[in-house]
Amino acid sequence: MSGYVKYFRKKIIWFLITFFAAVLLNFILPRLMPGDPVAVITARSAQGMSEASAVKEMYDNYAEQFGVNKPMYVQFFTYFGNALTGDLGLSFSQYPREVSDIIGSAIWWTVGLQLPAIIVGWFIGNILGALAAYIRKGFDKVLLPVALFLSSIPAFGMAVILLVIFALKLEMAPTSGGYAFDMLPHFSWDFVRSIIRHYQLPFWSIVIFAIGGQAIGMRSMSIYELNADYVKYSRFLGIKDRKIVGYVFRNAMLPQITGLALSLGSMIGGALVAEIIFSYPGLGTTLLSAVTTSDYPLLSATTLIITIMVLVTTFTLDIVYGFVDPRVKAAQFDE
Amino acid sequence: MIRIIKQVFHSSKFLFGFVVLMSILLLVIIYPFINPGNPLKTVSIGTFAQPGTYVSVYDSVESKTNTLVIENSAEKRLDAALSMEDRVELILWFEAMEVDISELDINDTDALLALWKKYYDPALRPPGMTKAKRNYYARVDASITQILNTELKYLAREGEEGLESVKEIKGTDYVNLNNVANVVRLPLGTDNFGRDVLKQLVAAIKTSIMIGLIAGSIATFIGLFLGLLAGFLGGIIDDIIMFVTNIFTVIPAFILLILISYSIGQDQRGAKTVAIVIGFTSWIWTARAVRSQVISLRNRDHVNLSKLSGHNLWRIILTDILPYIASYVVMAFILQISSAILAEAQLSMLGLGPKTTEVPTLGLMMNWAMLYSAHLSGSWWAYFPVILTIALISFSLNLMNTGLDQVFNPTLRD
Repeated sequence: MSGYVKYFRKKIIWFLITFFAAVLLNFILPRLMPGDPVAVITARSAQGMSEASAVKEMYDNYAEQFGVNKPMYVQFFTYFGNALTGDLGLSFSQYPREVSDIIGSAIWWTVGLQLPAIIVGWFIGNILGALAAYIRKGFDKVLLPVALFLSSIPAFGMAVILLVIFALKLEMAPTSGGYAFDMLPHFSWDFVRSIIRHYQLPFWSIVIFAIGGQAIGMRSMSIYELNADYVKYSRFLGIKDRKIVGYVFRNAMLPQITGLALSLGSMIGGALVAEIIFSYPGLGTTLLSAVTTSDYPLLSATTLIITIMVLVTTFTLDIVYGFVDPRVKAAQFDE
Repeated sequence: MIRIIKQVFHSSKFLFGFVVLMSILLLVIIYPFINPGNPLKTVSIGTFAQPGTYVSVYDSVESKTNTLVIENSAEKRLDAALSMEDRVELILWFEAMEVDISELDINDTDALLALWKKYYDPALRPPGMTKAKRNYYARVDASITQILNTELKYLAREGEEGLESVKEIKGTDYVNLNNVANVVRLPLGTDNFGRDVLKQLVAAIKTSIMIGLIAGSIATFIGLFLGLLAGFLGGIIDDIIMFVTNIFTVIPAFILLILISYSIGQDQRGAKTVAIVIGFTSWIWTARAVRSQVISLRNRDHVNLSKLSGHNLWRIILTDILPYIASYVVMAFILQISSAILAEAQLSMLGLGPKTTEVPTLGLMMNWAMLYSAHLSGSWWAYFPVILTIALISFSLNLMNTGLDQVFNPTLRD
């Protein structure tokens, strides 16, 4: 039991350290940008004002409000403290809207879209990969190149292709948005149906994108396991093929869980760009608007939230892995 | 060495990937000789000109004509003039007028027009039809009348007493394309700025591959260096390197890339800068894998023998360790190239790619196509070739990688 405790303690400490590093990076990097965002927002609201002292006063006012007139480290600790309480500052581009408000409305779209899509893609990919490894000849020859080609199409490319075929040519799904543009978010049957209709294309483009990479990984893993000594020994003992395949599948699955945790970052990156293609109201689109309006509080908050999402998922997968893999009992299963 | 290369080229997967990649590279090298000039130059006014051959109307009416008697030329003319949408509208008119069209084939232009001439009457007012629609039908009728008119057409010039005929043009007049001074071939049309897409695509492939090579080299070099150091030396150096590596394993590289690119600012971001930034954010995997392989190597007999013989650190690393991990490093390098090309594309789609005025990249082309809604307006030539190119480049690199994997890991062989 102490093995588990040690394992979890280690994971939690790592989680906290990475969390701090993530917040630090998210704070520093956008602020290194040349140009003064406060000057930009002042210039925008001071349009038509001629008195220099009034403009100066307005600038100071904004600087005070955004806290940019204090030393860097003070700003950081304020930022860190505020971030912990969910206060991520004010948006520059949608002033005076709060960043946490913008993120709060976007995050559920992203979580609702990407989490199921990645999980479904992971399952389908693993099943196909295991099949390819088991059947090998023929099936493998066709499936492997197809999976390789599919995983080579970038997520945004897949999104555009699906959009053109299914939304424009076949008119089976809407082209953009998370729900019909003439609706306001509310709870009704019509609204739910509209959400589901808009959900299909972004969902499948992420699933197809996820399948390829997972299938290839699972295939290599399964082939490796199929050649392991215990398989040969089991065959020698006369254990039924079906039962052996079950063992092999389970053993090959384990590294795939870590594999998922590790490829999560790049998958979400690709999926965020796919969101943009569909103007899906999630974090990807928020990121794009933050970039185009050089709204750094919004940008750094969005990247922070995405990082935290990845961190939390990785942490959860680590914990799940600790329970699933008996070898963790040896406690030193970190590499 | 030669034996290994021979063995690698025996792998059909590697060979296929290699051939695809080389054909792309060959296109990049040869095409600029065929079609030289600045790829970012505007060639058409207006957005998204369709792919095809453009013949100067001004020049072709002036060129020497030959009389050719070609069968079906009149029908072809009719077919081309009457678009599918117009045909559908004609059918709708017949339906509104309750004409029997059960035997009518929509592609049979003659029958369609015969029926139209028989039943269309501008004075008719089908119930429920708007005035705009009736005007539309009047226009269609006018253009049909004009097509059916087989009389001569005249090229006129403004003279002192009104228009003077300069030349008469018959339906059987043809000009040889070689005699027309200005013929422009745009195999992939033009983009939203009216730039030649094919020319731009070739230049973009070159830049993107360069980005891939720079970023891949940097990432592989840093990863190899840190991995060797951490794995071979161990101790506190290992701890420090692994600390940093572990943090950046969980923080997504894509997010770092966004933050760094943003902080560099639009004006400073050239293609090379973006490549360097991508390189500096993607070494983590190489470092981890190299380290774990070096750890398994460092207590092998031949390494210990080398240590006992008093060889220095670099010599041991170069002669006793590197050759064993070389195949892995090459494979990692190939994957880094393809993921760097993809990273640039994704970054550009967020508006954080290289600045747009200098060189085209695959990501920037994609970004512009999406910003100008090429996918919604049906201008496939602005985005589909780009997606296909990215897919083909990373497909060929992945295939080469799988081939190498099968050569170096015998258990994976077919």
